[in-house]
Amino acid sequence: MTDLTQLNLADARDGLAKKKFSAVELTQAHIDRVSASSALNAYVLETPEKALAMAAESDAKIAAGETRPLEGLPIGVKDLFCTKGVRTTACSNILGDFTPPYESTVTQNLWNDGAVMLGKLNNDEFAMGSSNETSRFGPVVNPWKAGDTALVPGGSSGGSSAAVAARLGIAATATDTGGSIRQPAAFTGTVGLKPTYGRCSRWGIVAFASSLDQAGPITHTVRDAAMMLSSMASFDKRDTTSVERDVPNYEAALTGDIKGLRVGIPQEYRVDNMPAEIEKLWQQGIEWLKAAGAEIVDVSLPHTRYALPAYYIIAPAEASSNLARYDGVRYGARQQGTDIDDMYAQTRAAGFGDEVKRRVMIGTYALSAGYYDAYYVKALQVRRLIAEDFTKAYEKCDVLLTPTTPSAAFEIGKNVEDPLEMYLNDVFTVTVNLAGLPGISVPAGLDGDGLPLGLQLIGQAFGEETLLRTAGVLEQAAGFDVQPQDWWSA
Amino acid sequence: MSVDENMVRRIANLARIGVTNGELPALAKELSAIIGFVEQLSELDTDGVKPLTSAVEDRIRGREDVVTDGGYAEDVLANAPEKDDEYFAVPKVVE
Repeated sequence: MTDLTQLNLADARDGLAKKKFSAVELTQAHIDRVSASSALNAYVLETPEKALAMAAESDAKIAAGETRPLEGLPIGVKDLFCTKGVRTTACSNILGDFTPPYESTVTQNLWNDGAVMLGKLNNDEFAMGSSNETSRFGPVVNPWKAGDTALVPGGSSGGSSAAVAARLGIAATATDTGGSIRQPAAFTGTVGLKPTYGRCSRWGIVAFASSLDQAGPITHTVRDAAMMLSSMASFDKRDTTSVERDVPNYEAALTGDIKGLRVGIPQEYRVDNMPAEIEKLWQQGIEWLKAAGAEIVDVSLPHTRYALPAYYIIAPAEASSNLARYDGVRYGARQQGTDIDDMYAQTRAAGFGDEVKRRVMIGTYALSAGYYDAYYVKALQVRRLIAEDFTKAYEKCDVLLTPTTPSAAFEIGKNVEDPLEMYLNDVFTVTVNLAGLPGISVPAGLDGDGLPLGLQLIGQAFGEETLLRTAGVLEQAAGFDVQPQDWWSA
Repeated sequence: MSVDENMVRRIANLARIGVTNGELPALAKELSAIIGFVEQLSELDTDGVKPLTSAVEDRIRGREDVVTDGGYAEDVLANAPEKDDEYFAVPKVVE
């Protein structure tokens, strides 16, 4: 029998339908591979018994002719999604052994459609990071290597990207507040889709910056991303920003036809010190889409350079408010104090890592009396200018094409001492969150060190179908079929 | 504008994060660097621009003010670090 961990989501679905293998066999193959891959530190909790029970249920459904859309397909779940009866920590010490008595809407949607849970995936603490180095469980190692150097898998969804790239799950859930799906996808040669704000429910996802957070999948292919989104997306009364709108069959949008589509190229995405390889790949992407019949249009997003500074006020401000709930009273790990105020301060001092403390303090500062207008309100005004840039650009084009990141994956430890250098990772992705738009990273080539690079497509609000169709064309033209050499299996 | 050690102490107190005196200098330096970075925004003229708080600008959906769920005291308390009967327990706040 072929190695079942080599299948993508669509092929595994077809194999199950044709009864070439069972859901239990498919799941067992992934469980075995996960347990041999601890060197990557992608999973923070494995749930093999639960996975096998879910897979057995799927086999029964298939036998009864009641196959659901993701029947029997084993996936990993970022540890930011609350999973009923399964420890959920956001990879922060402050959550201790928090075990939710409820299930997030997105994961419930996936289980309702037959998907199988392999376990919980590592991420940056509270999703704050671009390298998966701030997790309480330690860094995730990218399956891709440059020579002997251990690299980061991107972040914050580094467990998700590493797991999919190393075939420790056919797909994974992830979340994206400033680039946390797309950047790790670019660093690992996988596809990462951040949907429009409001497309997937945020209910039951540990909150970081609520006006920016959005769930999405990391997968092997664009078709797999479409399959995952069709299940993850829903209208949910329990999330007041969930948008009441039908969920289309995204897979049906992959017609391969983009003749006459107008693709915008934003000039402001040419940044200083961007490697020539990335500039070249971007040009190559333009040629691929042109060859498929798209019309290339130059557009301007003049406020792009202000997106990162605006983000580093807005996201910490919202985080400082969201994380106020971690007080050692209702859940999580409590430290003793001399009185209740000291108990709060000691609990939060011990429970939060350095980056989380930095961001909570920046946010507290930006929201405090005397600074609120100068920082927070100013950033929200700039946010509107950034959103309006996109509105104007979309008068001339249908989608935008940009690089996903200004570099390939970097060495573990390289940017740990310099938060600002780390923040620059999100220079091409963060604008999309501020404007609430959908974006996707597609693996498009390798750099001189043999590391994957991604191209990003940005769509209009709720334009996921056009976005996925274009991404499918880009994927086919790029023909990226390289996998990392397996150096990690025990 | 740079953040000095007194300001760090003030912010840490507002954020209820315990900070030791030894941590103050490094935090002041890191926070100052980040504030310096975000201050680029002052270059932009934003007079008259309406702040954008959310990409979903429609009025937030309301719902009828009725009880729709509840009665799970056991579940709600299941993760409490300390509890007493059906209550969360905290250090004494009233003498």
